[in-house]
Amino acid sequence: MKGGKERGGSQKTLAGSFAKALKSFSMSLPLLLGVILLLGLFRVFVTSAMISSVFTGAVVRDTVIGAVIGSVSAGNPIVSYIIGGELLAAKVSLFAVAAFIVAWVTVGVVQFPAEAAILGRRFATARNVLSFIFAIAVAILTVATVGVLT
Amino acid sequence: MKRKKEISYGLYFLGLVLLLYLVLYLLEPASIQKALRASGEVLVTIAPILVIIIGFMVLLNYFITPKTVSKYMGQGSGVKGWLLAITSGILSHGPIYIWYPLLQELREAGMRSGLVAAFLYNRAIKLPLLPLMIYYFGTMFVAVLLVYMVIVSVIEGKLIEFIES
Repeated sequence: MKGGKERGGSQKTLAGSFAKALKSFSMSLPLLLGVILLLGLFRVFVTSAMISSVFTGAVVRDTVIGAVIGSVSAGNPIVSYIIGGELLAAKVSLFAVAAFIVAWVTVGVVQFPAEAAILGRRFATARNVLSFIFAIAVAILTVATVGVLT
Repeated sequence: MKRKKEISYGLYFLGLVLLLYLVLYLLEPASIQKALRASGEVLVTIAPILVIIIGFMVLLNYFITPKTVSKYMGQGSGVKGWLLAITSGILSHGPIYIWYPLLQELREAGMRSGLVAAFLYNRAIKLPLLPLMIYYFGTMFVAVLLVYMVIVSVIEGKLIEFIES
């Protein structure tokens, strides 16, 4: 109560709001920098050829593999679309490619430390596990629905 | 106390990544230089978006009270809350991790976990990239995929709220 009026007052000014936002953001900065540096390593050490080489030809297994690789991948989704196109050209099933591109954008193993630290470990774990499962489900539903409609 | 833990963890994590860079530099210096350049490119690309996000946080702190967040995105916000989370997720820009601090602030102000999850899931729908997606996978595929993703985002959000409760 004693500090309440002061606290309320400082947040009611733009300068106070700016200071609070900056302070809050700067606390996440080490995590964000760590994630960006990891992304740099990913871009250099993980190539599309490496990604393409892991698919086996079995639809069910490839769908799960697609979701796994998408989950551990990171970066601009454009890259996932390009790799997805190459995988399709290499006769990898559309189920696997769909799971790959959905998992790429919805599951974040690389970003997990930051998400867990900022939003909570339980939340981050639940969200990523569910997103992984749903990447497979969405892939199956999408391809099946498109098959029915066309 | 939670924030102090967060910054300690962040520093440890950054320290580990830097250690990894050091070890890999000893093995493949040319690749590490490329990786550093790639990271620098990412940083330069997202810098303007970071500024915008800090701007959002300033506006949030100034205009939005916990009462407002609770009303539109808190317990009992209903369909409005979901629509807001879905729409803002679709419209949001930049990498997912730069939105974490803002979402943390909103959660502390009363935003439901399920809506945070729905926001993050719908970030997967990148409107500017739709033409490229259509080029590779076709209009029908993309349209059906997007519908399922929006539906799943709500299901996932509900499940997370159930897990967290």
